[in-house]
Amino acid sequence: MKFKPATNTMAGENKAGFPVFFSILMGVTAIYIWWVVYRFLPTLSSWVTYSLLPIEKESHLGASVEFFFYDTPKVMMLLFLVVFGVGIIRSFFTPEKTRAFLSGKSEFAGNVLAALLGIITPFCSCSAVPLFIGFVTAGVPLGVTFSFLIAAPMVNEIALGLLYGLLGWEVAAIYMGTGLFIAIFAGWIIGRLKLENHIEDWVTNSTAATMSVEEEKLTWNDRIVYGWGAVKEIIGRVWIYVILGIAAGAGIHGFVPEGVMASIMGKESWWSVPLSVVIGVPMYSNAAGIIPVVEALLGKGAALGTVLAFMMSVIALSLPEMVILRKVLKPKLIGAFIGVVASGILFVGYLFNMII
Amino acid sequence: MEIKILGPGCAKCNKTEKLIREVIKETGSSATVEKITDMMEIASFGVFGTPSVIIDKEVKCTGKVPKKNDIKTWLNH
Repeated sequence: MKFKPATNTMAGENKAGFPVFFSILMGVTAIYIWWVVYRFLPTLSSWVTYSLLPIEKESHLGASVEFFFYDTPKVMMLLFLVVFGVGIIRSFFTPEKTRAFLSGKSEFAGNVLAALLGIITPFCSCSAVPLFIGFVTAGVPLGVTFSFLIAAPMVNEIALGLLYGLLGWEVAAIYMGTGLFIAIFAGWIIGRLKLENHIEDWVTNSTAATMSVEEEKLTWNDRIVYGWGAVKEIIGRVWIYVILGIAAGAGIHGFVPEGVMASIMGKESWWSVPLSVVIGVPMYSNAAGIIPVVEALLGKGAALGTVLAFMMSVIALSLPEMVILRKVLKPKLIGAFIGVVASGILFVGYLFNMII
Repeated sequence: MEIKILGPGCAKCNKTEKLIREVIKETGSSATVEKITDMMEIASFGVFGTPSVIIDKEVKCTGKVPKKNDIKTWLNH
């Protein structure tokens, strides 16, 4: 049989302007296939664990392995969808636009806007310092800048997508609401503390004119390519954390007895919230790695408030970030930043242990 | 032609450097590449996203990894 070479014209036509109708049809089909596969995952993971592998039903190992084979593809599929969608939204925003929008805003409204923009502005923690300088020198108030810097790593599409998939929309909404609350109020308090003179002098003296980059006009096709790029970049970066996180979660799920966590991370022990924060701050992980662990802890009786506090302190406050920020902030301001954010996290932790 | 890549050394910054060096090799351009990792120096250029690419004192791209085709266009000027 003669092999017919694959034609590349499809891709070419697509770029030149594939009919909109077909693009929508392809999109809907892709989402439908995604949904069917997603629904099929529990059956698949149970089949792999008990039929394909020689593992006994009702065993500890079986519970762990099934959890692992269910959660890994599930989390990856959710990440794929959410990162792609948010990637397309993000293509409408740039740090430059966000800054222009925030400069000259009054303090409280500025804090709220900065926290919200922190969710959707493309931001990589390695550019925290240039971004900080760019914001402050352009007249964005210090507290507003902090609201952005707190919200950007904490309330992001990865965290929300995973929480929604693993723990339901209620927990995702609570996380988003309290994360924004902390970003807004911590930023506002830092602004009230009048710590502007605790920024390193070289930053305040920096006279660098902000260079403007001409803005690109993006077509929808460019935005889809951008979203796809975000998928490749983010999943390429976090997949290993996801797998390690799920493996740790699977271990907890299968081998830690029910209710053990209730005595350590339950709501009866008042010290569990501050302890979670103290353990969480030096730990450095991203949302993708910590949320599968959180899911398993909750399943074993840990209290929601305690777990939220743990997760937020791991994601929002980290030693490497402090080391980077030390280049632009004097120790007192870093101390204020950690203190205010940690207090906000404690407050959220206690609040949810009280009301749930 | 003087190319400066600003970035503290994150994954995207390294990828940008790799791509630019690749294009230079492919096109046989005589451009020089300098990587700037010091925060103070990066800030002095007035950009606030990394990686950023500066060619002959002009900011070409900021906050993302440039596309290979874009790099080729820059090098041709």
